[in-house]
Amino acid sequence: MLKQIEGSRAVAEAVGLSRPEVICAYPISPQTHIVEGCAELIRSGAIRNCEFINVESEFAALSVAIGAAAAGARTYTATASQGLLFMAEAVYNAAGLGLPIVMTIGNRAIGAPINIWNDHSDSMSMRDAGWIQLHAETNQEAADLHIQAFKLAERLSTPVMVCMDGFILTHAYERLALPEQAEVDAFLPPFEPRQSLDPADPYTIGAMVGPEAFMEVRYLAHDKQLQALGVIPEIQQEFKERFGRDSGGLFHSYKVEDAETVVVTLGSVAGTVKDTVDALREEGAKMGVVSLCSYRPFPLDQLRYALRGARKVVVLEKSLAVGFGGVVASDVRMALQGVDCHVHTVIAGLGGRPITRESLVRMFGRVERDELKDPHFLDLDLDVVRREIDRQRDQITAGPIAENILRELGPGVAKAV
Amino acid sequence: MFQVRLHGRGGQGVVTAAEMLSIAAFLEKRYAQAFPSFGSERTGAPVVSYCRIDDKEIRLREPILAPDALIIQDPTLFHSVNVFQGLKPDGRILINSTRSLEELSLADFAAKFPAGHVRRIGASELASEHVGRPLPNAALLGAFAAVTGLLHFDSVEQAIRTKFAGEIGDGNVAAARAAYEAMGGNGAVGAKGESASC
Repeated sequence: MLKQIEGSRAVAEAVGLSRPEVICAYPISPQTHIVEGCAELIRSGAIRNCEFINVESEFAALSVAIGAAAAGARTYTATASQGLLFMAEAVYNAAGLGLPIVMTIGNRAIGAPINIWNDHSDSMSMRDAGWIQLHAETNQEAADLHIQAFKLAERLSTPVMVCMDGFILTHAYERLALPEQAEVDAFLPPFEPRQSLDPADPYTIGAMVGPEAFMEVRYLAHDKQLQALGVIPEIQQEFKERFGRDSGGLFHSYKVEDAETVVVTLGSVAGTVKDTVDALREEGAKMGVVSLCSYRPFPLDQLRYALRGARKVVVLEKSLAVGFGGVVASDVRMALQGVDCHVHTVIAGLGGRPITRESLVRMFGRVERDELKDPHFLDLDLDVVRREIDRQRDQITAGPIAENILRELGPGVAKAV
Repeated sequence: MFQVRLHGRGGQGVVTAAEMLSIAAFLEKRYAQAFPSFGSERTGAPVVSYCRIDDKEIRLREPILAPDALIIQDPTLFHSVNVFQGLKPDGRILINSTRSLEELSLADFAAKFPAGHVRRIGASELASEHVGRPLPNAALLGAFAAVTGLLHFDSVEQAIRTKFAGEIGDGNVAAARAAYEAMGGNGAVGAKGESASC
């Protein structure tokens, strides 16, 4: 049924349609509306046979989710930013134990300085934890990915994060279709846990594993992710056949067939990039877009094949490996090892900085003219940066950087978006 | 594509207004995208929200930089925020105020726009009368439907009712209808010869 609703609400309803049995979450912006929606749906009876468990922290939220999943319940949680960091130990545990929990990340920057706005620092910090990480480009895809995520998680007995851009998607009202319960039931059968703790038939999970077997257990976690590279497109295909929408999969390719320059990105900015690429194509630029849906597992071979015609690749990402450069860009370079193709790193949108068509056009022009230095920081105010570098060099008591810059920008600019 | 930027203060329903506008457009089979600009979400602090309306899927995710229309929920913002930034030369402005453009010091500015493109409506007063609280968002949407011809009043009414149930919904719809009629809306899209296409 077509609806004009907030992204968070759509996710709550999609989770509800997936018939979860335990939802346990701690609120944090910009995830809050999702868990409020889930709580409302349980309270109103729209989600049946499901317990919403209130906890005192994110660490507890995921720990309870681990317990619930280990007892064989279909389990959901959601978080963002510092909330995900506070869960970190449990994030690794959920994956290590092979528990098919689904968790939404309302992607948000990590402090300090404290910032509630969108970038991908939070989920990127957990990219090696063993969870599958899927990124939504639109709210339609966010809703669809949640239904797919439960199926994927349970098929492989591994946890799945569905990442959606905080505010840009979570708080946006747009048109989307939500399936009927019977359709979802046909797509997503009841959870049959691969392992479940039962007092009537007791066994242990989470045993201590020494050097004699740890490597093998870890290798099997890696192997599970490699299996996911096959299972993710299978589930995408089945979903498409049932619901008619091409949500999910490893990535979406847009006009790459004849493209000499391909932008690789992930999340909601792909829409702005496609609009920009369409405008530049009218002026003769041969450009295309690949938006990654599956970031973990990372589709190395599939991406290399998709990019085989490209002479230049621009990785546009909302994450920064401080002291190194791009996070996603380095993965893309891995995919293109030995291929004669220049990979540019463009760091953009950190802490909610808008990514505009105007800035993208300017940057793509510099890519075209081979003027872009690596890594490039889109719309970085170099004057402000240089003055602060000078200040920190010249004054031993220069004070805190963030506050110096805010003071310099003045009260009006600090908030303007 | 028709792009609307809404300016107001925390507590005035600025975000809800953009959401209702998107719902009204959706009800007319349009694509619409409403989103807030989050900042310091304190009561009284300046707040901006956005709504895009189009006949095809909207992929763009940047803030609205060159709006076709502005809805100003609080005229005291003129002193602190450049609400007109990026407005198209033939854009429209709807201001929640009973004061004249001269009193608002906007007469010269308004003269640069096509006739009838800068309009005022006492939306807070209408809301006080019909809802019992000076929350101007629903009334402004009624006025917006009349001055732009972009939406039928019925769609605005239905959108308001998806957000406000029962008596509060009735009051908001009454305020919106009064604003719609005050601005010359008569139920027909584009009837005023001011139709805006998207």
